[in-house]
Amino acid sequence: MAELRANGPHFLRAVPDLSEDKMTDALSRMLQTREWLMADGATGTNLFNMGLSSGEPPELWNIDRPDNIRALYRAAVEAGSDIFLTNSFGGNAARLKLHEAQGRVGELNRTAAELGREVADASGRTVVVAGSMGPTGEIFEPMGTLTHRMAVEIFHEQAEALKAGGADVLWVETISAAEEFKAAAEAARLAGMPWCGTMSFDTAGRTMMGLTPAALVDLVTKLPNPPLAFGANCGVGASDLLRTVLGFTAQGVELPVIAKGNAGIPKYHDGHIHYDGTPDLMAEYAVLARDAGARVIGGCCGTMPEHLRAMRAALEIRPKGPRPSLETISEVLGGFSSASDGSDDAGPTRERRRRRS
Amino acid sequence: MADDEEIILSELDDEELVLQMHDDLYDGMKDEIEEGVRILIERGWTPYDVLTRALVAGMTIVGNDFRDGILFVPEVLLAANAMKGGMVILKPMLVETGAPRMGKMVIGTVKGDIHDIGKNLVAMMMEGAGFEVVDLGINNAVEKYLEALETEKPDILGMSALLTTTMPYMKVVIDTLKEKGLRDDYIVLVGGAPLNEEFGRAIGADAYCRDAAVAVETAKVHVARRHNRMNA
Repeated sequence: MAELRANGPHFLRAVPDLSEDKMTDALSRMLQTREWLMADGATGTNLFNMGLSSGEPPELWNIDRPDNIRALYRAAVEAGSDIFLTNSFGGNAARLKLHEAQGRVGELNRTAAELGREVADASGRTVVVAGSMGPTGEIFEPMGTLTHRMAVEIFHEQAEALKAGGADVLWVETISAAEEFKAAAEAARLAGMPWCGTMSFDTAGRTMMGLTPAALVDLVTKLPNPPLAFGANCGVGASDLLRTVLGFTAQGVELPVIAKGNAGIPKYHDGHIHYDGTPDLMAEYAVLARDAGARVIGGCCGTMPEHLRAMRAALEIRPKGPRPSLETISEVLGGFSSASDGSDDAGPTRERRRRRS
Repeated sequence: MADDEEIILSELDDEELVLQMHDDLYDGMKDEIEEGVRILIERGWTPYDVLTRALVAGMTIVGNDFRDGILFVPEVLLAANAMKGGMVILKPMLVETGAPRMGKMVIGTVKGDIHDIGKNLVAMMMEGAGFEVVDLGINNAVEKYLEALETEKPDILGMSALLTTTMPYMKVVIDTLKEKGLRDDYIVLVGGAPLNEEFGRAIGADAYCRDAAVAVETAKVHVARRHNRMNA
């Protein structure tokens, strides 16, 4: 395994005020001293390879097969991740209800974090245990039935359990609605936990609900308790994800940006899903993500330990380059899923007859 | 474009009114759609013409703009809700007048998947296009699909999955249909964010549909093809 080292002291930014309460978490400290941090890869794809069957909630394995979950975490740590996410993505009451496990939110999330704590503390270096919190799967009113209050309650229950299990930070991910992002932020505030938040930009460069990268920047900077870092995860492929990162950094935002893209596109081979992105491709992606301004870089679906090792090695060896253009990204990683991501006003529009006032 | 004059639907001629209804659907204005439907019926339009020329044509524009990344899920949900308002008025009249049917679809998300936003959009857009839709909801095991196919006798089976952890289950359903010799009795359409065309082919579906608008177009093509084959 490649020797792991913090990037040199020349990357030190403003002298941190360590007396402040919020500076006591491991992620804030690492962000102060390191230019970039590497997050982990896929959870679902890895668990499938260990025998998780389709439709089975992965969170139950925290109790039923804890050794597999330890192995999942350890694989990310050994591949060089500075941060890994707990196996609790679908661990909120709204999602667990499907499996009639809504009464097990506390147990499943606490254990997810406890197992993570155990692996991180045994690693011999600082590794951040990030308590994963995925979407509720519900739509907010008026289109759906979810209210802000209900969503906060759902996320808060999960947040408290992740905190109790020893998570360093909450990690809200794959969100598509601004309302849901805000509800998760409020839950983190109620739990007294630092948090990170990423959205999934999978629909013509925007989230399913139509948010542009610029709109997320606007959202995070206006929150009463902004995240330690924010960004994008999952979505379509590595190219699209980097276009989204460029969309964030073009706003001149000071908060650290997270890039957690999929290892290519899913393909179906003999009964299981395989992502077509190679370790080499993900190494290119990682370097371009850093050059685009991301400071927390990881993978999402399909990103296996071998991808992470290639990403870590590339980030350590290759010098920082100029901010890549969209042309460079598509040359290196492949084309985009849509011509525009809504950032440039160059997207398609519809001419209207006359609008009602 | 914008003038401040209030739009009085009943004062518009038929052509203007239909165009205004397309705009109102686009903006998700349910009350205005209901009013427009009533006016056209009062003017002697057949329920089928109101459905196809005012509502379905309007939803086609919504569907195209969703496909092209101009509209997103919230706008489409509002438009579909407005459409539904119109359909509540039209449905009994359509049954009464024996209007032609586009076809019937059974749809549901697969076992383990509770993400029904995409599935609901497809169901609404299919209804918007004049199809009869039987919605099985979320988390359907293969037995549930088989039962519905047996009782509903649809033309199309639609399956949806949002997670990489649930998408392989679609193949379980298709393989079971094959085992029972039922596969060719239905058009099988699949969809969901992590899927792609190659995946659809690999698991033996008739087509992968990228979004709700594509699902409607694909359903029309396949139903027409099937119809021709049966009449050949």
